[in-house]
Amino acid sequence: MKTQMSAVLAGLALLLAPSTSQADQSIEQVYEVYCVQCHGLQRNGTGVNVPALSVKPRDHTDAKSMSDTPDDELFKAIKEGGLAVNKSVLMPTWGHVLSEDQIKGLVKYLRQVCKCGK
Amino acid sequence: MKGLLLAVAGLTAALLGSASAADKLDPSCSGCHALAKPADTSLDRLLTRKGPDLWYAGSKFKKEWLVAWLQDPKPIRPAGYPYFKTVKKGDKNDVPDPSKIAAHPKLKKADAEAAAEALMALKAPADLVPAGIFKGDMKGARMGSLAFVKFRGCVACHQGDKGEGGLSGPRLTDAGVRLQADFIAAYTADPQRFDPHIWMPTSNLKDQDIQRLTAFLVQLSQGDK
Repeated sequence: MKTQMSAVLAGLALLLAPSTSQADQSIEQVYEVYCVQCHGLQRNGTGVNVPALSVKPRDHTDAKSMSDTPDDELFKAIKEGGLAVNKSVLMPTWGHVLSEDQIKGLVKYLRQVCKCGK
Repeated sequence: MKGLLLAVAGLTAALLGSASAADKLDPSCSGCHALAKPADTSLDRLLTRKGPDLWYAGSKFKKEWLVAWLQDPKPIRPAGYPYFKTVKKGDKNDVPDPSKIAAHPKLKKADAEAAAEALMALKAPADLVPAGIFKGDMKGARMGSLAFVKFRGCVACHQGDKGEGGLSGPRLTDAGVRLQADFIAAYTADPQRFDPHIWMPTSNLKDQDIQRLTAFLVQLSQGDK
């Protein structure tokens, strides 16, 4: 009886769960959708919007400058925008669009892109 | 209980109303555009989408613009849609790849008028685009212009006055001719209420900012210059 109940509950949980959870989403896809518009397909700050920007977007492949920026600052910049870390307003706040886990995932991803750690 | 029944009846009527309006459109429209609010709100859906959602088109567009545009459709999003599938590496920066940007079908006058009529019947719920959310004060337009270009950074993704601006968002050079003022205000305040994963951020703008930005945008009418 207990096993049957567990199976029913597990089935119910499956039914109620969204078809794709945010955690399943490839973090690279998240970067493609939100970051590439300014940071570019090559992740080096050469996105399609660059000619209109008065401040060049961060080059995520630049190991030197990226290694100078700690993880918590990258997290804050993504979540609360450039102004929150004394950078440009052109880096918007993504905290309303992305989950905390997605932002943490992006920080980790940026470390892969720059091949640097902090 | 009676109230609940009335609410259910009202909702059903609204859903049936928009369903029949959507039925009047050419079936090919729904190949690229959602004509009813999608049940799937995942990022996956956004990744496979071919065109912007139109389930709230009647609260977004101006009918005269729709009739004209459908007969002579020029790209609204300069980098294509969705931009992350239609850009390529360029010499200095990424550029739109015209080979990946599909042209919108061109309609004859009578068909464009019929399609515009049907699209205008696809209304957003009243709480999504509240009537009168833009209070109509045009004196804020000048500050709105500064917010657009400088203080709020909208220009990073949108072309505004004189066509200056980024390419990943819709061109707003003709926003005042194309879009309803209340839609501009509601969408700018929280794009994710319309489209949960859309790549326009919610910028925590104060109502004063929203009013000023809307006043600035509604007076833009340069078309595709």
